[in-house]
Amino acid sequence: MTEAILKVDNLVKSFGGLVATDHFNLEVEQGEIHAIIGPNGAGKTTLINQISGMMKSDGGSITFDGRDITHMSAPSRCHTGLVRSFQITSILKNFRVIDNVALAIQARQGHSFRFWKAAQKDQELQGAAQAVLEEIGLGERGNVLAGNLAHGEQRRLEIAMALATSPKFLLLDEPMAGMDSQASEDMTTYLRTLKGKYTMLLIEHDMDAVFALADRITVLVYGRAIASGSPDEIRNNAEVRSAYLGDD
Amino acid sequence: MDYALLAEQFFNGFQLGIILFLVAAGLTLVFGIMDLVNLAHGTLYMFGAFFAATFSMVTGSMFLGMLFALPVTLVAGMLMEWSLLRTLYQRNHLDQVQVTFGLIIFFNELFLIAWGPEGAAIQLPDYLQGTTPLFGDVVVPDYRLVIITSGLLVALGLYFLVSKTRIGMLIRAGASNREMVAALGVNIKMLYTVVFGLGAALAGFAGMIITPITQAESGMGEGILILAFVVIVIGGIGSIRGAFIAAIITGLIDTLGRSFIDVAMLAVMDTEGAETAGPAISSMLIYIIMAVVLAVKPQGLFPPKGA
Amino acid sequence: MGKILSLMKTPRGIYNTILVLLCLSMPFLAPAIEQDFYRDVMLRAIIFAIATISLNLIMGYGGMISFGHAVYLGVGGYAVGILSYHGIESGWIQWSVGIIGSGLLALLFGAICLRTKGVYFIMITLAFAQMIYFLSVSIEKYGSDDGLNIDTRSNFGIEAFDLNDPMTMYYTAFVLLMACLYFSHRIVNSRFGMVIRGSMSNDDRMGSIGYPTYPYKLAAFVIAGMMAGLSGILSANFESFVSPDMMFWTTSGEMIFMAVLGGLGTIFGPLGGTMIFLILSEMLSNITEAWHLIFGPFLIVVVLFARGGVEGIIGKFEKRND
Repeated sequence: MTEAILKVDNLVKSFGGLVATDHFNLEVEQGEIHAIIGPNGAGKTTLINQISGMMKSDGGSITFDGRDITHMSAPSRCHTGLVRSFQITSILKNFRVIDNVALAIQARQGHSFRFWKAAQKDQELQGAAQAVLEEIGLGERGNVLAGNLAHGEQRRLEIAMALATSPKFLLLDEPMAGMDSQASEDMTTYLRTLKGKYTMLLIEHDMDAVFALADRITVLVYGRAIASGSPDEIRNNAEVRSAYLGDD
Repeated sequence: MDYALLAEQFFNGFQLGIILFLVAAGLTLVFGIMDLVNLAHGTLYMFGAFFAATFSMVTGSMFLGMLFALPVTLVAGMLMEWSLLRTLYQRNHLDQVQVTFGLIIFFNELFLIAWGPEGAAIQLPDYLQGTTPLFGDVVVPDYRLVIITSGLLVALGLYFLVSKTRIGMLIRAGASNREMVAALGVNIKMLYTVVFGLGAALAGFAGMIITPITQAESGMGEGILILAFVVIVIGGIGSIRGAFIAAIITGLIDTLGRSFIDVAMLAVMDTEGAETAGPAISSMLIYIIMAVVLAVKPQGLFPPKGA
Repeated sequence: MGKILSLMKTPRGIYNTILVLLCLSMPFLAPAIEQDFYRDVMLRAIIFAIATISLNLIMGYGGMISFGHAVYLGVGGYAVGILSYHGIESGWIQWSVGIIGSGLLALLFGAICLRTKGVYFIMITLAFAQMIYFLSVSIEKYGSDDGLNIDTRSNFGIEAFDLNDPMTMYYTAFVLLMACLYFSHRIVNSRFGMVIRGSMSNDDRMGSIGYPTYPYKLAAFVIAGMMAGLSGILSANFESFVSPDMMFWTTSGEMIFMAVLGGLGTIFGPLGGTMIFLILSEMLSNITEAWHLIFGPFLIVVVLFARGGVEGIIGKFEKRND
């Protein structure tokens, strides 16, 4: 049995009287694509914020790749190989597309207290960034200002930045957000090509994508995992159907 | 222990705290609700002082002068908001800082020309020039009691307004979630103008009641403004309760601190050293406290929920 | 060299070249048109531009709106003043103390202020600067409000290099200005600069891709502090005088405006902005004592309608001609 690369244990987060994450448990195995689904307000974003390190938990622990990362800052978690992408596109809008990716690569090349050489003339850095762009289909768009990209392209850049950090684990927050069906299909196809290379934890509303990609699915309702298993198991689970999928 | 001095300094500090609260309350509301950095808030303080001085001179009565000056300052504030400041709500903080800075420069010069470098004074009526004995040797100047009492009454009124009235509810809601209030269909523009006017009136009131003691002069707003910033940073932006507590603490620490540090310095070093170190440290004291508070609570002591 | 020549072909390039040439040639131009004091105005602009460049580094490229940047001018200036008062006239010592001192103060203030964001940051930088202002006013020994006169300029012990000679003073400041411009250009395009600029664009995202942005911002803050300290050192030398007014919050406010007027986030913006501001205020104050009545509204109009400052306006010509 493969060791879980990510283990979330009894995670708790409250805001005043509201319990957003209620003793949440999760195990993600290396190499798998694991999806988290749940109705709006279930606490998905809060959960991702805690796993990625942007929010402190009130209780419980998170273990990644054998290390306890519960108290690690977001930048440090990124360095252990755990990186996230954002539901609301969070690229650097006034930088060029290639600069966005280059910055992500640069972060992995030691400290950046280098004050003299121009980053945009660093051939190695630019070359590596260009390669990432080619892979995600933005190879021609390197010189465009990121803010001028079409929505679908921006979502792809969103992912590209995460990939450029040479991660082991991708935490994808609604990668398909705001995409039309064609763009979603393309993104789904692309994500499938990443399977095996990276472990993925995917938060998504788009059920077609979820059932097409996921090896396993966990259902999140009111901060709790009410079910976890293969897509078929989840599809047939009565509790899940009434809480979320709707009986059909 | 010189109780008379201690008591005197305590009242001075409390008075400073009251004035600071009046200035800080409006400032924190405008920050919290409209997200507007208004450096020209000190200018409204100055408006109150000068208008009151002029009206007092014209009517021959301090009381009437202030009575007329208050609504005039309120209207002046709302005019400022309506004509210029409301374009700043959409702008970033840097733009707001600079535009309000421009206002300060303009009005300081205008008032300097209009009233001259000596500024304007308000004569305290005879019946307020006396003192009241407290205990032992301690006496308190009557006017200081008037300032403290009226300030506390205003604070009470503000508390009542904010916690018990409908408009107060809108203000509190706006301070913790601006977008929600707009989404609920409230006439946001008018709410903002009213809030700004309220802040202007409070600042103007502070400016006028302190003038009989200090004098109205160009540039008087900025000193109190910066201390008011310290107060709302310590108290938490958007919180009136925070502003009150932080203001009183700031006033007391600043005033009492100065006296005690002088004494303390004399105990540990020679006169010349103490005369340098004493005022030096006292002038920095309240900022050091601010730094300490920030180190522990970067959002202030009472950040409004949802901040 | 070819690259520099090609830069001069754009409208902005021409504008920037004119700025530099004006600074370079003023000691000769001024006597030629019988306005000797223009040289002094220009020198004042050159010295202050170094401070504005430093503010632009953190504000224009880093998004850190420091309303207390003038305090580092004071540290540099008073280092020269106080050491001179105590008989230490060596430029080596004075300038080292001034630059290192401003760096240390920036480190202390930055470490605290950078823990806050947005409006809090602006107010706290303002408050700390005022604190130092009050501190210097309270120390009677070094002149308090009235300021401190400085008897001789910094002495570097090199015969050929005497700051008391007006030309030496002028061109030392000019060379240092050029150095700061060049340094500014290199730093914003370096890996470090990209991190700072990224943090202004989207600080949270920078954290998520692996950058703890605090140490980088703090480093930028310290570098800017030291550069402003250098400006203060030069000012103390030129004016032979320092006073707490150098550190008053209105000086910081004017510095912010100079950076914005010139064009935030551009290399030459701070130079142009400082020159225009100081020359304008010089001209206006000769016309009327109440020039602030004009200046206040002018500031408001520029901020509201001239986004991107002068560099921005000239840049629009480039776009139109394309």
